Amino acid sequence: MGDREYDVIIIGGGPAGLAAGLYAARARLRSLLLERVAAGGWIVNAELVENYLGFPQGISGPELAGLMDEQAKKYGLEVLLAEVIGLKLEGKRKVIKTAEGDFTARTVIIASGSDRVKLDVPGEEEFTGRGVAYCAICDAAFFRDVPVAVVGGGNAAIGDAMYLSKFAARVTVLHRRQQLRATSILQERAFAEPKIEFRWNTVVAVIEGGAKVERLRLRNVRNGEESTLDVPGIFIALGSTPNTGYLKDSLPLDTRGAIITNEKMETGVPGIFAAGDIRANSIRQVVAATGDGATAAVYAEKFIAE
Amino acid sequence: MSKPVEVNDDNFDQMVLQVKTPVLVDFWADWCGPCRMVAPIVEELAGEYEGRVSFTKLDVAQNPKTASKYGIMSIPSLVIFKDGNLVSNLVGFRPKADLKRSLDDVLG
Repeated sequence: MGDREYDVIIIGGGPAGLAAGLYAARARLRSLLLERVAAGGWIVNAELVENYLGFPQGISGPELAGLMDEQAKKYGLEVLLAEVIGLKLEGKRKVIKTAEGDFTARTVIIASGSDRVKLDVPGEEEFTGRGVAYCAICDAAFFRDVPVAVVGGGNAAIGDAMYLSKFAARVTVLHRRQQLRATSILQERAFAEPKIEFRWNTVVAVIEGGAKVERLRLRNVRNGEESTLDVPGIFIALGSTPNTGYLKDSLPLDTRGAIITNEKMETGVPGIFAAGDIRANSIRQVVAATGDGATAAVYAEKFIAE
Repeated sequence: MSKPVEVNDDNFDQMVLQVKTPVLVDFWADWCGPCRMVAPIVEELAGEYEGRVSFTKLDVAQNPKTASKYGIMSIPSLVIFKDGNLVSNLVGFRPKADLKRSLDDVLG
């Protein structure tokens, strides 16, 4: 086998990819994990992961990511920081194009997760880093004793609102529906927090300001009524979209762009597997991602053996 | 691999603004997970651009004056200064290739 040939190449270094890497390396497969930025994935944005078994007191996202990375590498998984830009088939071999050159593999496990959904309104891009923020834990301290807005109604948004309420004077949650999507226990906490208020059926139309964000123009989706909200900070927590742009036309995807798999994590192409948030109908939880990764690696091993 | 030098509110002028070569400042804080993810990439770049770009890091928790002066409201922010002026600001964690592009642009 040449330098750039592997039994398994894993794309993405979040929990799904690291679990796949752990299983593949322990199966003594020659394994390479390609990661775009740094190992960890989405959980590095989580203040406290409370629903991954084995950590009854909860564990911080970055800490959990670091432990997973350490454990996967311990058994010989190679990790390279390189963005994957394409995947193509040459007979049975899979060729993976990256910013650091091409690699080939007998099997591929795609675990490149999801990218955050942008609000896609005027002002978002312009004010990013100047009041438009995507990481509450990182940036809450810049908004001490001032009012802020959070956009979204899922677990990420409500988690962000709870975290921001420790710093900000007031947190206004803007949600386009009448009720939250977040897990019940998170909703209970948010409704009990006096600093958090909710504006239902409300979307952001425009983000305005000078050097920094100053106000949001809002619109009620039920009655069309417009209003403004004076805040220097807006945290966008709209969830995520599958990061499959580089796979276009090479695999069957669902309408959201997620990869369709069977229960063995097999995609429509023999020898290509998918795991974690990138799969259609994924529940997008660490516990599910690690299970997917392990499953994909086990069936990849079987595929190679056959 | 060379480590970025810690700078602070007191020596920012001398260590960043007065320096002849372009200076990259990594605005970070210990509570910021993405900052920790970006740190090893910045260290790699510090090695690759040694002698051409000076690499520094500033803890925004300890040095609020400088962070506020340059309007830093999101971290990580990787800010490049040239001849005392802010010429580039990459907010959030980005692939290494994006950071290299910014550095190459500034170096011309």
